[in-house]
Amino acid sequence: MTAYQPDPLVAQDIRAYLNGHSAKSMLRFITCGSVDDGKSTLIGRLLHDTRAVFADQLDALASDSKRIGTQGDALDFALLVDGLAAEREQGITIDVAYRFFSTERRKFIVADTPGHEQYTRNMVTGASTADAAVILIDARKGVLTQTRRHSRLVQLVGIRHVVLAVNKMDLVGHDQRRFDAIVEDYRAFAGSIGIAEVTAVPVSGLTGANIVAGGDDAMPWYAGRTLLEQLEAIPVDLDRAEARPFRMPVQWVNRPDLDFRGFAGLVTAGEVRPGDAVRVLPSGRTSTVSRIVALDGDRPFARAGESTLLVLADEVDCSRGDVIAAAADPAAIAAALSATLVWLSDAALVPGRSYLMKLGTQTVAATVKAPRHVVNVDTGEEVSALTLALNDIGAVDIQADRALVFEPYGQGADLGGFILIDRTTNATVAAGMIDRALRQASNVHWQAGDITREAHALQKGQTPRVLWFTGLSGAGKSTIANLVEKRLHAMGRHSFLLDGDNIRHGLNRDLGFSDADRAENIRRIGEVARLMTDAGLIVLTAFISPFRAERDMVRAMLPVGEFVEIFVDTPLGEAERRDVKGLYAKARAGEIPDFTGVSSPYEPPTNPELRIDTTNESAEQAAERIVEHVLGVWTYEL
Amino acid sequence: MTGLTHLQRLEAESIHILREVVAEAERPVMLYSVGKDSAVMLHLARKAFFPARPPFPLLHVDTTWKFRAMYALRDRAAAAAGMDLIVHRNPDATAQGINPFDHGSRHTDLWKTEGLKQALNAGRFDAAFGGARRDEEKSRAKERIFSFRSASHGWDPKAQRPELWRLFNARHAPGESIRVFPLSNWTELDIWQYILAEGIEIVPLYLAAPRPTVERDGTILMVDDDRFRLRPGEQPVERSIRFRTLGCYPLTGAVESEAASLEAVIQEMLLTTSSERQGRAIDHDQAASMEKKKREGYF
Repeated sequence: MTAYQPDPLVAQDIRAYLNGHSAKSMLRFITCGSVDDGKSTLIGRLLHDTRAVFADQLDALASDSKRIGTQGDALDFALLVDGLAAEREQGITIDVAYRFFSTERRKFIVADTPGHEQYTRNMVTGASTADAAVILIDARKGVLTQTRRHSRLVQLVGIRHVVLAVNKMDLVGHDQRRFDAIVEDYRAFAGSIGIAEVTAVPVSGLTGANIVAGGDDAMPWYAGRTLLEQLEAIPVDLDRAEARPFRMPVQWVNRPDLDFRGFAGLVTAGEVRPGDAVRVLPSGRTSTVSRIVALDGDRPFARAGESTLLVLADEVDCSRGDVIAAAADPAAIAAALSATLVWLSDAALVPGRSYLMKLGTQTVAATVKAPRHVVNVDTGEEVSALTLALNDIGAVDIQADRALVFEPYGQGADLGGFILIDRTTNATVAAGMIDRALRQASNVHWQAGDITREAHALQKGQTPRVLWFTGLSGAGKSTIANLVEKRLHAMGRHSFLLDGDNIRHGLNRDLGFSDADRAENIRRIGEVARLMTDAGLIVLTAFISPFRAERDMVRAMLPVGEFVEIFVDTPLGEAERRDVKGLYAKARAGEIPDFTGVSSPYEPPTNPELRIDTTNESAEQAAERIVEHVLGVWTYEL
Repeated sequence: MTGLTHLQRLEAESIHILREVVAEAERPVMLYSVGKDSAVMLHLARKAFFPARPPFPLLHVDTTWKFRAMYALRDRAAAAAGMDLIVHRNPDATAQGINPFDHGSRHTDLWKTEGLKQALNAGRFDAAFGGARRDEEKSRAKERIFSFRSASHGWDPKAQRPELWRLFNARHAPGESIRVFPLSNWTELDIWQYILAEGIEIVPLYLAAPRPTVERDGTILMVDDDRFRLRPGEQPVERSIRFRTLGCYPLTGAVESEAASLEAVIQEMLLTTSSERQGRAIDHDQAASMEKKKREGYF
């Protein structure tokens, strides 16, 4: 078995070699399979046989192989890629590792996803950037549930090329019929789930047969490409993107001085040249590309995959989050989307909660409805579910707080793949793939009335505000809010108080007290409050509103400074002692489920505009202070 | 369809990462160690933000024990990029006279790990670019491009975020920070090929030349100035050497080589049989040393 050797030209004439090899392409692929299938051994082989492993590492490998290897005195290639023992003990190898090797034609980046428990999360992460997948099958075992799971995930993420590596051929006597039967079995399954391109290679990680070097004596019946040759032959996805209409999400506006304004971004599809007509989305304004600027001089074009800087001929509004697209063939715009979500977090989805959604360079607030169904990744079966837990894959409807520029995921990940971020922990909690726009919203454009919110406010001679009272049940929110409103009214201010009585019995009477219903409750109150501020009013709300995420969502709906969070801080013991409505007693007796403070959590504000300590301050004093605070701000602004 | 070459794709990805951080972080800074990876990273930053200057300063966490040629290039490169250069030397290490001859691993802990934390706190930087690559070491293979650190600069493996497509989540609470590695997907060979293709200036020590050396415990060290403590019987010998990695000169091993041009260095790389981290004393301590250093806040 001869290992890969560098081109003899390297030694003879390095300059000629480098000239000839300046045009190496790059392929990213993922390997799917478990340690039992010989995955680590296979990757170790690829690295070793392409000389991506240096002599000192080989020395370490040789000694490790003798000490802890499983191959007797022979090299145990799995040790090249397996994590450190200490890490395994701490359980932190549940992750994606990236490894590199190259041949004369290509540079390869391998995403390797060890671990079983977090398989979906890790595999989807690794697969998201891959052009191809190598799916390992143990020749003794054939197509297993695990194989089907991996294949479904590969299909979900949109990988077009699957290379089936039928491994451990040495253990089935290099039997051609066994190989053919497995390949036939797999092709039938792959076809049924929509994987079109499958090539298969019979290999042995142990002997290295058909991995890098072909012509194995034990398998004279196989004359096809080796695994490495197959990986060298697969087309790169980027080349397909180049054939589509031009798209560039704007990352950053480059404005070193008043004379220059350029739009920086990575071209995700197509090609652009000076003189091309473009459209800035979502505004729809058109312009023409006047220059493509680079450090070493202006460029005649920029194409998919390149980071570039465009100058437009006109002074159009354009900033981070906008997408510059081919004028004649722009991307779609919608605020309501149907998508597939892969849940990545230990904390389950809360339907109705506001998450941040990042799509390209756009970051918006978005809520997710309860899933239409979740997919069992082992069987492909669709089952109903109320939420999404870690590693769940579900079909959902998403509502963003403003129009997004997007494309269906099948047309490209850059405007079709997104992540959801928890507003409180900042964790990345989900990966999503857009299926299509929901019909209701695809043609709705925000109707900007002639009488603006500024005009409404001006007529009333005040700056709109939302005074958001939050705190435990019985803390004194409604009492204080009432006093504040009376004072404002007496001073000729236009206000309105939203509380449990006028909301829970009407607008929100369909909602209960589960986490999801509580989130939806606050979302609706927030929307109503926002509309009222558009009308120029000072809105007071008195709700427990226990979750930070929902309060932050309402804050984000309003212009900066208009949301005033007032924390009515009464300790649980004190509220329970007062127990004005007798609710705590009932909750303790188990008669009220999901009661905040007793059987459901309260997340106090971390940085409220005002904090009222009711054990130290009377309701009247508090109301006085709140009016003073709000009017003080007014006076300053008016 | 001609397609982008691997270097063009790597360049585009790195520029994309640099721009994302500038768009989303409040106070970014670029760690500049004067090595070849830093040189490439600085060059990419100039490309990413041209015609503007890169909108962040360079930070050199100095140990006072770098090669003289590194200090010379450092100031010139910062000036050429039109960027502010912050040089931080840990005052505690200065006061205690910490040096690589007497203090072993405390040298790295105090000058580099502690010095870095001090400098990041002093500048209130919430994002720091570093030139680390995933191919450098086995434990780095799973490092994220955006690596999150607590307010005390600790690295919690469980708090790291999945990175999908080209989407990076740079959000963090006040006090927390991100280390960002734009060169994550580059290999040593990619770095050399790019330096050659782009004509990037590097410290001459990367190219072979006759230099005064001593051989100690199987490692060739360069006698860069008169602070080098010769052991009894040691006599500097002139050897043709070059370095694959640069750090504090008494801790950095050289390789004997005749490769006096970039092409010759690449040629040796393609034919060579030892990895670049072999020259760094820090890794020999223990198998998981990088992992441990990272938890403590080392870059």
